[in-house]
Amino acid sequence: MTTHEFPDADSAGVVRLDEGHHPGDGKMPAEFENPGLPPHVHRMADHDEAGAKRAERQVAGLFGLSMLGTIVAMVGYFAFSTEHRSWVPGLGHVSTTNLLLGIGIGLGLLGIGLGAVHWAKTLMPDEEVVEMRHPMRSSDEARAGFAEVMRDGGEKSQLFRRPLLKLSLGGAMGLFSLPLLVQLLGSLGPLPRNNLDVTFWDGHPHEGEDGKQHRTFEHPRLVTDPEGIPIKAADVTIGSVYHVLPAGLLPNADGEGGLEHGQLEEKAKAAVLLMRLDPTEFQDTPGGKKAKEWGHDGIVAYSKICTHVGCPVGLYERTTHHLLCPCHQSTFDVTDDCKVIFGPAKRPLPQLKITVDDEGYLIAAQPFQEAVGPSFWERG
Amino acid sequence: MNALASRRRHPAAIALLLLLGLFVTGGAYAALAPKPAVAAEASSDQIQQGKQLFLQNCATCHGIGALGTDEGPSLAGVGAAAVDFQMGTGRMPMAGPGIQAPRNVPSFDAEKIAAIGAYIQSLAPGPAVPDAKYTSGEGGDPGKGGMIFRTNCSMCHNSAGAGGALTRGKYAPSLHNVDAKYIYEAMLTGPQSMPVFNDMNLSPEAKADVIAYLKTMHEEGNPGGMALGSLGPVSEGLVAWIFGLGILIGAAYWLGQKGA
Repeated sequence: MTTHEFPDADSAGVVRLDEGHHPGDGKMPAEFENPGLPPHVHRMADHDEAGAKRAERQVAGLFGLSMLGTIVAMVGYFAFSTEHRSWVPGLGHVSTTNLLLGIGIGLGLLGIGLGAVHWAKTLMPDEEVVEMRHPMRSSDEARAGFAEVMRDGGEKSQLFRRPLLKLSLGGAMGLFSLPLLVQLLGSLGPLPRNNLDVTFWDGHPHEGEDGKQHRTFEHPRLVTDPEGIPIKAADVTIGSVYHVLPAGLLPNADGEGGLEHGQLEEKAKAAVLLMRLDPTEFQDTPGGKKAKEWGHDGIVAYSKICTHVGCPVGLYERTTHHLLCPCHQSTFDVTDDCKVIFGPAKRPLPQLKITVDDEGYLIAAQPFQEAVGPSFWERG
Repeated sequence: MNALASRRRHPAAIALLLLLGLFVTGGAYAALAPKPAVAAEASSDQIQQGKQLFLQNCATCHGIGALGTDEGPSLAGVGAAAVDFQMGTGRMPMAGPGIQAPRNVPSFDAEKIAAIGAYIQSLAPGPAVPDAKYTSGEGGDPGKGGMIFRTNCSMCHNSAGAGGALTRGKYAPSLHNVDAKYIYEAMLTGPQSMPVFNDMNLSPEAKADVIAYLKTMHEEGNPGGMALGSLGPVSEGLVAWIFGLGILIGAAYWLGQKGA
């Protein structure tokens, strides 16, 4: 073999580490020597005063760049109105103030950081120093002394001799935590009661004589969101989509009325999507039949609040009759009572049963028969 | 000649002459008819031209008589507005079968599109090409338009009008650089997957508001800098991960480097 080319290795039966890889006889050396640290290479600034001077100027230059950036940011803030625009290649017309604030504050911070790192790398000492680790444990005497002091303190304050002191102090401190806890729980707001089960379709919320909230169902008209115009059944052509709210929630088309308190909360639950399909397109399933029956001449109304986590399900494809939720791609089939056909939602969208009044306007025949929106603990 | 001359006193000759006279008079009247009749003639000419163009370019999929085939839907009642939108934006004639016809360079000039529109409109009445008064968005209220857009349009087209994905490969196209007339016609006719927003749902004024909103959005630009396609967290996250993390890795490498 080639071992005779390495006489040292051959004679000792050991592969020399400084010779690199070569075929050996498969034996391991008895002991590796600690190779230690590689020789220290001094930097230019360590032995050349001119180099050190240059590094100093570079660091100062970077700190100066930071100052310049800060001044640019302040000038950008005061000198330009927020309406001022300037054209930047690749960005287009952007707000001058925003641009200068961004560049200025960015440079301000970056200059300090780069300067500090450059300083550390060129001028601060870079000799490696070895410091051996010491045991952290205190000596036995120190530990015994500490225990003695603690015990002595307890004796002298008569804490052990007079248990009433101990108990009353503990009670006072324990009780003191209660105001904090009470505030935390109290500021969670009133109990939800049946708020998740009822919507504005059940009627205006009002205080009853028993002090509880009541709603009286009054067949509200379906009106457009956000304009508040009542919808005639004849105006809903096949393929149409109307975004609908119950009348009385938002101001009407003349800007009158509308719920004064809690409008957004009610709107978030009452939003409804109204679609008209060709009545023959509903599927011949129990769901499809019920959907058609609860609608009016192919017009169906469904809650717009996704049963997954409550996003507005508004993406209606009129060719496939799929309703898609933009948040997590839950897809509902309108021809089959909004059954879930894809995605994480577990329940179909609740349907609002509708009919028409004497003047031909669409009205709700009954409120939602189940809670709208995502599942909750008490829903059952 | 002799045969004709010899029969000139034949009892049928009078009747024949009378018929000839009537024919010539009628023909002359038709040829020299006053203006209104000419105009009506031109319109039916346009329909005729539209029918020819339809048979040559559209009937393969939409069927002779535009009643639809397995390849394409019936066009009865879609109206001239739908034709103007589909052909004016180059979506029709479709370049190839697919889940959705993409926007393209129009293959026909305005005159031919109007002719086909007139033909489709003559089959069954539908929404006509809207009046220019509303389609320009002039005088629309961008604030109100924004409210209407966010309720009715933004879930598919994105609140900045940048478009978005639908189910199974379909998508809502971007509304940037779309002629206001076509935006109006799309609302009116509901092309492809898009639902219809007829004049009772969104009045012509409301549609003008929506167009004014889109115009204003476009003119305002992005004062905050790069919009990254206005697509939200996907493109922004991609830039942050690639460039932001790239810079951090570079900085960490520089910090860890030995020597100056």
